[in-house]
Amino acid sequence: MANRAGQPSSPFGGLLGGRRPGWLSLIGLALVGLVLVWLVVNAFKTPSLFGNIFVIGLANGAVYGLVALGYTLVYGILQLINFAHGDVFALSGLVASSFIISTLGLDTSNAVLSIVGGIVLTLIVIMGLFALVNVGIELVAYRRLRNAPRLAPLITAIGMSFIVQNVALAVYDVEFRSVPAFIPRTDAFTLGEIGLAWNKLAVLIITVPVLVLLTWFVTSTRQGKAMRAVAQDKDASAMMGINVNRTISVTFALAGALAGAAGILYLLQFNMRYDTGFELGLIAFTAAVLGGIGNLSGAVLGALIIGFIQAFNEGLTWYAPGSDWTRSLVFGILIAILVFRPEGLLGERTPEGG
Amino acid sequence: MTEPSAAGQPRRDGGLGGELNRRLRGGVDPRGLAVVAAVIAAALLYPYYFEFLQDVPLIGDFIPGVGSMVVMLVFTMMAVGLNIVVGYAGLLDLGYVAFYAAGAYMAAWFASQQFEQWRFHLGSVGISKELSGLHLSIWIVILLAGLFTMAVGILIGLPTLRLRGDYLAIVTLGFGEIIPQFVRNGDNVFGFDLTHGTFGISPIDSPGFGKTLSDATNELLPLSYQQSFDRARWFFWTALVLVLVTVFCSVRLRDSRLGRAWIAIREDETAAAAMGIPLMRTKTWAYALGAFFGGVAGAFYASFKAGAFPADFYFNISVFLLCMVILGGLGSVWGVILGGMVLGYLNVEGLATIGTKLQQDAGIDFDPTKYQFGIYGLIIVLVMLFRPTGLIPERRHKRELEEGVQDDTLYGTSQ
Repeated sequence: MANRAGQPSSPFGGLLGGRRPGWLSLIGLALVGLVLVWLVVNAFKTPSLFGNIFVIGLANGAVYGLVALGYTLVYGILQLINFAHGDVFALSGLVASSFIISTLGLDTSNAVLSIVGGIVLTLIVIMGLFALVNVGIELVAYRRLRNAPRLAPLITAIGMSFIVQNVALAVYDVEFRSVPAFIPRTDAFTLGEIGLAWNKLAVLIITVPVLVLLTWFVTSTRQGKAMRAVAQDKDASAMMGINVNRTISVTFALAGALAGAAGILYLLQFNMRYDTGFELGLIAFTAAVLGGIGNLSGAVLGALIIGFIQAFNEGLTWYAPGSDWTRSLVFGILIAILVFRPEGLLGERTPEGG
Repeated sequence: MTEPSAAGQPRRDGGLGGELNRRLRGGVDPRGLAVVAAVIAAALLYPYYFEFLQDVPLIGDFIPGVGSMVVMLVFTMMAVGLNIVVGYAGLLDLGYVAFYAAGAYMAAWFASQQFEQWRFHLGSVGISKELSGLHLSIWIVILLAGLFTMAVGILIGLPTLRLRGDYLAIVTLGFGEIIPQFVRNGDNVFGFDLTHGTFGISPIDSPGFGKTLSDATNELLPLSYQQSFDRARWFFWTALVLVLVTVFCSVRLRDSRLGRAWIAIREDETAAAAMGIPLMRTKTWAYALGAFFGGVAGAFYASFKAGAFPADFYFNISVFLLCMVILGGLGSVWGVILGGMVLGYLNVEGLATIGTKLQQDAGIDFDPTKYQFGIYGLIIVLVMLFRPTGLIPERRHKRELEEGVQDDTLYGTSQ
């Protein structure tokens, strides 16, 4: 990150970094301040409700994070918003539901060990399968357009999104799918009146190792190094002997596997159907932009923030707009971020931001 | 991040130079003019001969009725409007449905009984003057809707147009989601019923020529379309006129100074700015003018349907319109008209007819209307992959899309 020489890097980055804040930044900070005041007042008025909603937000944020990582990985390497990603996520959840119910035949009466084993097996199968699906999508729809004007692959991605969604519609029809409550919704442990339910805990137990593995992969392996190199400069990496096409395929595979994991985690908590992925994909994309698109830890941070905001908006009672407005709120945040700080919370300035 | 680089050397033959010279000399291609006149005449007379076409074996079942034609024309009009933003200026707008909604609700506010606390009539036709609510003549409302939507477009555009490419696409998508949600939840804006929530606003007044004109022409011109026996015909002719006006404006805009600035920005923003084109102002105009036609189409359609319902405004409509533009050819007015009519037809009754035919004749139980957006998605992908210039390519765009705007990559990093 090119910090101007002689200026200490401030925790606010470009927002306050060394220069007098402009009126845009002031409005942005005022908005953030208002939200904080709202949260603090709510926390004092109804502390136990606040705590429980915090846990819900954490679990939702974890799922969003996995999906957001898929967006951010692909954007980092191709500068492409992969619209189809949200729908791949939904399809993976649906396939997981039929895999768990029909293929494995799991239900709540099974022993704990077989349920855990079954879920782990589903994770492996679904993540592998959707890694392949995502690689296939890249191969068919995006690879030919790599040198086309930038809008071309973006438009194709929108088309792919509808195709994947309709595949899900054709196979699973319009009904909502769910799996039996394998993981009890009772509290694993409580702190005062705040409880952490088993199914929320399971989400965190699965998400954290996945994130650690991903970070390790990207930062410490040769393939991860190649990914970062290709993201910086395709031509130069090709000259250094990196197989660019394979690297991009690996990136799509990773993104697909993450979408698969997210699909299962979502399925363990909620119902889903063919169009679940559209809205969730947009939320996750917002999270990725919020954190700074192309930045892995940014995606997770953004997803947690969005998860909290959504949960607080829908759960809190003091001046909360309610679930009718969730979509507007999420998009309002997206627009605000793009206007006030286009590089995101942790991202670097790109030409996109202008 | 790949840098946008200069497009290939401009060619002398048939490129902008030749085209421009021909236009500047004021030469009009007489053959082209004749074709356009013939198409317009055929379209104007459509209500008189479509019934004969419907009796023709084999294709007869696929001929759309006049009512369906109105919907097709409205969508075509919006596609031509969207083409100004996406095709000319190269700004991907995924929230065009917001303008459609804004136009429809303008009609709903100013030509219905929504605001019962007021009573104001100005040129309303076919309704009692005692009716409460705001009732402006639909012709005024259509113009107002266009202007209002233009303002909305500028409001959306100002903060966002400095973003490039895909970021802009996402922001417009955001607005395209927020405005319909606002409409859906707008039945209680601090206690004021602005949009009547999920029920929508209905009935909306009908267009018409009013009593004076109607009497003067011995009821040749109907007093009110909705109460006329030839309801569909009159709506059809009005829609056709609106489309023609849109197309005319669109073509004239393309060849104007502003239009050439749009195309310059689309080809290379940096170079355009270096040549002294004010980026923000030019882009905002593209946005505003594109929005104008969306608003006009929305208001007219609301009046045709006699209602504005929030369920009509969702993201898929934006993609559907985008699909028309892409299928027809980005930036190509004639292509977009073709794309709009074809997809509009498929949407209104084509897919349903094909589904019925499959069921009856081939015994295949497949309902294409259920998968219509999958079909549109497939069309988008196939066109982008195999014919990125669309059915009727625009000459300049053809070069850009076929040769690419970037330098060739080194060492075959692409296929």
